[in-house]
Amino acid sequence: MSQYAVRPTPASPTPPGGHLLEVRDLHIEFRTGEGVAKVINGVSYHLDPGETLAVLGESGSGKSVTAQAIMGILDSPPAHISSGEIRYQGRDLLGLPEERRRQVRGKEIAMIFQDALSALNPVFPVGWQIGETLRQRLGMSRADARRRAVELMDLVQIPAAAKRLGDYPHQFSGGMRQRVMIAMALAMEPKVLIADEPTTALDVTVQAQIMDLLADLRRDLDMAMILITHDLGVVADVADRIAVMYAGRIVEHADVRSLYRAPAHPYTKGLLESIPRLDQRGGKLSTIRGLPPNLMRIPSGCPFHPRCPYAQQVCVDVVPHDLVLGDGRTSACHFAQEVHDDRTH
Amino acid sequence: MTAPTRPTKVRGETILDVDHVVKHFPITQGVLFKKKVGAVKAVDGVSFELRRGETLGIVGESGCGKSTLARLLMRLERPTAGRATLGGQDLFAASGAELRRIRRNMQMVMQDPYTSLNPRMTVGDIIGEPFEIHPEAAPRGSRERRVQELLDVVGLNPEHINRYPHQFSGGQRQRIGIARALALRPEVIVCDEPVSALDVSIQAQVINLLEELQDEFGLSYIFIAHDLSVVRHISDRIAVMYLGRIVEIGTEDEIYQRATHPYTQALLSAAPVPDPEARGHRSVIRLTGDVPSPADPPSGCHFRTRCWKAQDICATQDPQAVPRAADPHPSACHFAELRPQR
Repeated sequence: MSQYAVRPTPASPTPPGGHLLEVRDLHIEFRTGEGVAKVINGVSYHLDPGETLAVLGESGSGKSVTAQAIMGILDSPPAHISSGEIRYQGRDLLGLPEERRRQVRGKEIAMIFQDALSALNPVFPVGWQIGETLRQRLGMSRADARRRAVELMDLVQIPAAAKRLGDYPHQFSGGMRQRVMIAMALAMEPKVLIADEPTTALDVTVQAQIMDLLADLRRDLDMAMILITHDLGVVADVADRIAVMYAGRIVEHADVRSLYRAPAHPYTKGLLESIPRLDQRGGKLSTIRGLPPNLMRIPSGCPFHPRCPYAQQVCVDVVPHDLVLGDGRTSACHFAQEVHDDRTH
Repeated sequence: MTAPTRPTKVRGETILDVDHVVKHFPITQGVLFKKKVGAVKAVDGVSFELRRGETLGIVGESGCGKSTLARLLMRLERPTAGRATLGGQDLFAASGAELRRIRRNMQMVMQDPYTSLNPRMTVGDIIGEPFEIHPEAAPRGSRERRVQELLDVVGLNPEHINRYPHQFSGGQRQRIGIARALALRPEVIVCDEPVSALDVSIQAQVINLLEELQDEFGLSYIFIAHDLSVVRHISDRIAVMYLGRIVEIGTEDEIYQRATHPYTQALLSAAPVPDPEARGHRSVIRLTGDVPSPADPPSGCHFRTRCWKAQDICATQDPQAVPRAADPHPSACHFAELRPQR
């Protein structure tokens, strides 16, 4: 039906050795005094070596919680992983004891956070903080750790790295602090880098620098990257595949080009239509009506149905499963094909 | 490339005239005898006009002085130098009753809908508080009705007048902030990053609301934001700020299509475009380094330390924001030129 030829998605079937990282049917609840919030409700995604997966969602969609579960840094309580698997190179990380998980954290999978100022320790020099991992985990001597810290700071293009080793986080600008964070994450040469809103707190020109740096590092060091963001512009610039989250579920999963060309979930479609564009002056913006759901009272059926222009009775009654469209992309919508083919906007 | 466009509004008379406004914050040293050792030049000679019914967008990165400018216009800070008139009245000289009268005419919507509403006050009290300060704006008996009208105008349920801010979502709270700003029927509203704390799907709702209110009440907006796409969408004219100065000012078309200042060009090119097909086809100007400290801005052109066009003259002579040969809108660059078409 679609008049647009859609390229085959790189979301290929499972390679012979399995995916590098795979999240399978993950469910996470937050048990609080006010009730149980179902934060993650059956999330599955995978990552293959060398690729960049964008996980897009608004606040409360569960994109960061999933990442924290992969890292094993969820605060528990209140968080409780009720079911699911997180497989790294075939092993289920959730079944591992804490000491074994520490072997993975940082060395295999590392993470950088949105707010570098609060993620860094204000009372230690940055060189010491970068070297800490090396001393603790690799048993490097102070002098070796120092030398390696300078190399890492060079790698992330901090000017005059050797001189700045003794500086404290507050002496760095926002962009430089984010570079320090990246240097720390790279210290153990991880195979997977999870970047949680790495540029949200930064200005446009600095954001461009950091995204460039991440793309270069990903290529040069042959890492795979999970980029968690709410910014459709950043996704379009760097990602290979994209998973869109809403109310703790992945509602659409596709390669980036086909998703932007023809979104197959009403939420994705609504998001793409509601952002003002730099390259065109718009009229009235189209909006997604209503509000994201309260995670303690997720609507029945499809969680998006109260806000969805395509909603029918079936959406209220039946939870939609992932519908595989012809080209291997998926959409958790009863009317995925109709939405995909709807070119009225 | 053009979607259905909002017609650029007919330019009315000038309502707000800002003339060489300067705000320097002193840097002091010493405990008992404070000694001034320097100054953070937050706003360093800014001039512009706002016309009736138009939206002037102000863009710039953090530290460029855009929020300080907003606070100056609201008389929350005292300027170091400069003049500003609102409807012909001197904004900075006014005091007492006269200042109160002026303030009725200019209101503000803040960035953070979580901290800008008092959590202990009901929504009715928050929106009605301006009437306590300006009792002449609404007689006591009619206030509740007026607050309910305002709630309705901004798309909230008037029955929720007795609820508290925490019972509302971020987008709804921003609507409360907008209702409060509208309470005194001002002519000018200063919006300081009004949508940057909101999720994408909510952002569009609030932008549409601001546009509807403008049409309905003939408001003039100063719309401060760092998101270039949002600013383009809502603004008739745009001023680009860098380190306390306006480097370029013009109509939406002049800034987004025919920018002549290198900083504006770099800023526009660095903004990500939500279109994967454009990847690799956009020529992006990569600025190196960070914005210098406003306590010690470079001599001459403030942008010269990051500019690829910089020559000796840029260090010695302040470029003025005047019409340039390349395009007749004001641009503060000695080497103003249009960017070659990609």
